[in-house]
Amino acid sequence: MYDSGKVIIGIAVFLAFVMFPFYINIGVVVEKPEPCLDTPVIQALEIKECVKPAHIMRATHIALLDNWKDLASRYGERLFVTEDKREFDISLQMTCMHCHSNYERFCMECHAFVAIDVGCWECHVVPEKETMR
Amino acid sequence: MLEKALSGGRGYWALVISLLVISGIGVIAYLYQLEVGLGVTGLCRDVTWGLYIGQFTFLVGVAASAVMLVIPYYLHDYKKFGKIIILGKFLAVACVIMCMLFIFVDMGQPWRILNLFLYISPHSPMFWDATVLAGYLSLNIVTGWVVLQSDKKGVKAPSWVMPLIYISIPWAISIHTVTAFLFAGLPGRDLWMSALLAAHFLASAFAVGPSLLILLALGIRKFTKFNPGKEAIAVLGKIVTYTMSIYLFFWGLKLFTWLFSQKPGYLHVFQFLFVGIGEYNAIVPIVWAAVVMAVTSVVLLMIAALRKNEKILALACILVFVSLWIEKGFVFVVGGLAITPFKTIIEYWPTLPEIVITIGVWAIGFLILTILYKIAVSVREEEIA
Amino acid sequence: MISRRQFLKIAGISAACGIGMAATSSFIKAGASRSDDTRDRLIAKRWGMFIDTRKIDENDRERIINACHSIHNVPNFDNPRHAVKWIWTEEFIRAFPEQRGEFIAEKLIQKPILVLCNNCSNPPCVRVCPTQATFKRERDGLVLMDFHRCFGCRYCMAGCPYGARSFNFWDPKPYIEEINPEFPTRMMGVVEKCSFCYQRIDRGIIPACVEVSNGAMVVGDLSDPGSEIRILLREHITIRRRPELGTEPNVFYKI
Repeated sequence: MYDSGKVIIGIAVFLAFVMFPFYINIGVVVEKPEPCLDTPVIQALEIKECVKPAHIMRATHIALLDNWKDLASRYGERLFVTEDKREFDISLQMTCMHCHSNYERFCMECHAFVAIDVGCWECHVVPEKETMR
Repeated sequence: MLEKALSGGRGYWALVISLLVISGIGVIAYLYQLEVGLGVTGLCRDVTWGLYIGQFTFLVGVAASAVMLVIPYYLHDYKKFGKIIILGKFLAVACVIMCMLFIFVDMGQPWRILNLFLYISPHSPMFWDATVLAGYLSLNIVTGWVVLQSDKKGVKAPSWVMPLIYISIPWAISIHTVTAFLFAGLPGRDLWMSALLAAHFLASAFAVGPSLLILLALGIRKFTKFNPGKEAIAVLGKIVTYTMSIYLFFWGLKLFTWLFSQKPGYLHVFQFLFVGIGEYNAIVPIVWAAVVMAVTSVVLLMIAALRKNEKILALACILVFVSLWIEKGFVFVVGGLAITPFKTIIEYWPTLPEIVITIGVWAIGFLILTILYKIAVSVREEEIA
Repeated sequence: MISRRQFLKIAGISAACGIGMAATSSFIKAGASRSDDTRDRLIAKRWGMFIDTRKIDENDRERIINACHSIHNVPNFDNPRHAVKWIWTEEFIRAFPEQRGEFIAEKLIQKPILVLCNNCSNPPCVRVCPTQATFKRERDGLVLMDFHRCFGCRYCMAGCPYGARSFNFWDPKPYIEEINPEFPTRMMGVVEKCSFCYQRIDRGIIPACVEVSNGAMVVGDLSDPGSEIRILLREHITIRRRPELGTEPNVFYKI
């Protein structure tokens, strides 16, 4: 290999650069995120379950939201029936955010922790502050 | 061969650095536009395309014109173009990259650009335009690079590259045809909706591209040891003479239909461009400047005695370039939209940020061209030595 | 120095990435599941609108425009060149430029006409859109926008011969007087237009403009010969905007 010195230095600089997120976070203690379910609407619910069981929602809510997005805005489907036959209107603002009116304590709690941006609120309207607890 | 771009004289580095600075300023202006919105441009709800899309349209033409070298050399065995074909191909590479950048800076949500390939829409000419441009870019990079490398080694170009070169000929025609289809199929835009548009585009492209190549070849001859050849330049001049004449002829065809038919939509367009409609006449002197330059250039080119004088040839090429830049880079796009669906007139002028971004993209293109030409010229200089 | 082999390898990898991307996208698209439950929605095969311009006065126009623009969070940009319009007024000879002539009735020339997206049956905007962000809904022919997908190339605005499309030249949120929490806003850099109140139709409510028009505007199914709109179209002489362009506009005006 020619210029092995330069190449090795180059690789070292590159590795140092791409591993930046790892060593910058060494020793940083971050609290475990705890999304808050305590909103007035949820408190008043008889069956305290989302449109799918919590563990499924936790893992795949983006797939559901993506599907709802297409159903509502491209296919005009507004009715969602859960497995236990409860009916919901397909709408992020009017259904999801009706219960989860505390987006900072609910959505952002985890999203800030895993550093994944939420683009939803660039257009969708965040519920009024008063309804948050 | 890339290492050739890393060693050069003071003039080369001065050019590279100044282009870097200009493109840097353009990038800053673009970041401002990205942050604040396309409201910083002169575009509006009626004239929704302007300088950016105009540059795109113009540069697609310049890119396509590489075939004006490829056809004579590969199909007619015109050997004198052998040494300068690479200049045409690398010019095409720089121009297609500029085209892509101009589309990018024109977008409202550029980060979603991959939606173009995520939701393929074959009914949209824009999908086809992106596809043929990407293909044309790859064809020119591969064929240009491989042939130049063979020249450097003093061997014949490998046979697998020949089919690519032949494909690149109709492909070049396709990029400008599809770009014309972006405009030519819209009902209700009288300036654009013409079956002649693609042919008109190609004629102007094959005039402006070789003009630019003549100017670049003259520059290279002056500043480097590589001489593209007096005869090659003269033949390019003949090509410009024909294509520019055809371009003006096509204008005549359009004007006949517009004026003889007396159809209000066409008359409206004619009036807006060449006469002015009431207070809306700011574009008229610009249009006439382009007309005068185009006609003068054809006169200069047609008289063989004048064309053979390289100074006059260069002047004619500058006139062709400026005239066609005005027509395609500004008047064509703006004129098509300025007459609104309500038959009102909305004028458009680019704003300062828009102009800075435009110059920035040109600087990036010219930087790419400089580096590619540096490589090509170094190879040619080695051949001489 | 890069050898030819290396160069081709790089070129090949780039090409493979492109193909891979296209394949992934079709994989993602296959996900949507739809129910056949049609409860609560207004049903039509081809929506159309009838506007009786004689029954609409200035107050009506203002009320209609306000109803639409407030429900849909339409921003009110300072610069009229950037205006976002879903439904607005144009003088008669602007809305119907081909009707302009020396001897046209004077009262007509400046008569304000409500104009909006024509929900064309053969919409050029849909034809030109490179991402299907604007599309014609199979079910009922509504021409709609998917704001999630639009990347703001504005080709549809060049394609629309009715000036019915607007672009968000700025971030619209600061320019919305009062935000309706039941409808999204838009982001900077996307195109928007009248949606024929699909969000209401899909929940069984007529479009907002029709609702507040005191009967001057009627929507209905053009494919059903017995529908109210078809009866109106049989009884009255109506015109459409620029029908010569072949877009098949579905908004009919009684002048």
